[in-house]
Amino acid sequence: MGEILFEVTNMSKSFGELEVIRDVSLAVEKGEVVSIIGPSGSGKSTLLRCATMLEKMDSGELAFLGEKAAYMGASGIEYADKKALKKIRSYYGLVFQNFNLFPHYSVLKNVIDAPMTVDGLSKEEAVARAMEILDRLGLADKVDSYPCELSGGQQQRVSIARALALKPQVLFFDEPTSALDPELTGEVLKVIKQLAAEHMTMIIVTHEMQFAKELSDRIVFIEGGVIVAEGSPDEIFASDNSRVREFIGKFTS
Amino acid sequence: MEAVKSLFESMIYLATHLSEAMLVSVEIFLLTLLFALPLGLLVAFGRMSKNPIICTVVKIYIAIMRGTPLMLQLIVVYFAPFFVFGMKITQSYRFIAVIIAFSINYAAYFAEIYRAGIQSIPVGQYEAAHILGYSKAQTFFKIIMPQVVKRILPPVTNETITLVKDTSLAFAIAVAEMFTKAKELSASQASITPLMAAGVFYFIFNYLVAFIMERFEKALDYYR
Repeated sequence: MGEILFEVTNMSKSFGELEVIRDVSLAVEKGEVVSIIGPSGSGKSTLLRCATMLEKMDSGELAFLGEKAAYMGASGIEYADKKALKKIRSYYGLVFQNFNLFPHYSVLKNVIDAPMTVDGLSKEEAVARAMEILDRLGLADKVDSYPCELSGGQQQRVSIARALALKPQVLFFDEPTSALDPELTGEVLKVIKQLAAEHMTMIIVTHEMQFAKELSDRIVFIEGGVIVAEGSPDEIFASDNSRVREFIGKFTS
Repeated sequence: MEAVKSLFESMIYLATHLSEAMLVSVEIFLLTLLFALPLGLLVAFGRMSKNPIICTVVKIYIAIMRGTPLMLQLIVVYFAPFFVFGMKITQSYRFIAVIIAFSINYAAYFAEIYRAGIQSIPVGQYEAAHILGYSKAQTFFKIIMPQVVKRILPPVTNETITLVKDTSLAFAIAVAEMFTKAKELSASQASITPLMAAGVFYFIFNYLVAFIMERFEKALDYYR
């Protein structure tokens, strides 16, 4: 068994009366690609937002590379101190559904600014790193463009480049192709496949069943805030769980 | 033709004899912007504060600034040292009172413009910056504020143009700015042309302001 880079244990989260995540546990090893699938409102996006600490969970434990970000204390959940969280945050990146690129920055500036501002890289180092990544993602000729001049697929690739520039150990994707025209999803999926081939550890919330099947080491099916089924793509696609079959059937038929 | 000629002559006369008064108007304008623009940001933060006391105090402040005439505020600021503290009001305080009254009044308006701008930035921008590891200050100054500036330029231009015309309110406490002087001349010459000439002065001033602000907008046109 490889090193566990991401682990969440007994995570629960409610919005008021509504229980969105119930006692979910998930561990992801180095180099593993895990897809999280499930119907709308199943809690998969909330799971991702809690895992990336955009949202605070109500109870449970959260750790990256064995370092605890949140744990159960005597009086409920406790998050690590600011300094520890800053370090832990540097272990992972997140690619958003609607990119969230910085519109006032050029493509290059979008990719170099965080390494310079957050990690203190020199401009030369940051540019060299950015150019290498942008080149790999087929964006070398777009460095001087602004996000508004790019297609959705290109914007999403830039946002992947921006996340990669901080050299994350784990990369989360929140429905990375849901805001794209069908004809543009291909180029983004290709890039994610490329990253998988390079053994990037990835946790992907997606609606692209075929893609999840081809790419994932493991698929997690969530419904009603709980993990209903979990296993290799073959196991999930051959599942005898009626809900899983029904859901997958809708997408693949 | 005669009217135009007399207006033109009046303007030359004003330009030469009232250059000092013109400068006073420009000074009021520039100093107000200098103080009100940053002060407005502070007020906007107070207005958006999660602390209910700060938020309420700032709301009341904004309500008073927007809800009462600027001319009245001028008079209050001018006489307050005497009526509240029994201090002697000096000649030099006249001008200072104008700057104080204008700055705190315009800060309230600018604050609401800033607030609208800040709240219009999608939450995804904050989340992206947070995930990338930017601190709160870095997020605000590097990511949010530049986008806010672009969005609020049109309403700020509006406010700035109003300010040019409002400088004439300093007349209420007899500060020797453009309008006060033009009124004096108009009375002594029993003619309306000095006032018309002052009108032309304000118009040119505002034309310049609008021109400069348009340049700023153009400069930020490179992104959406």
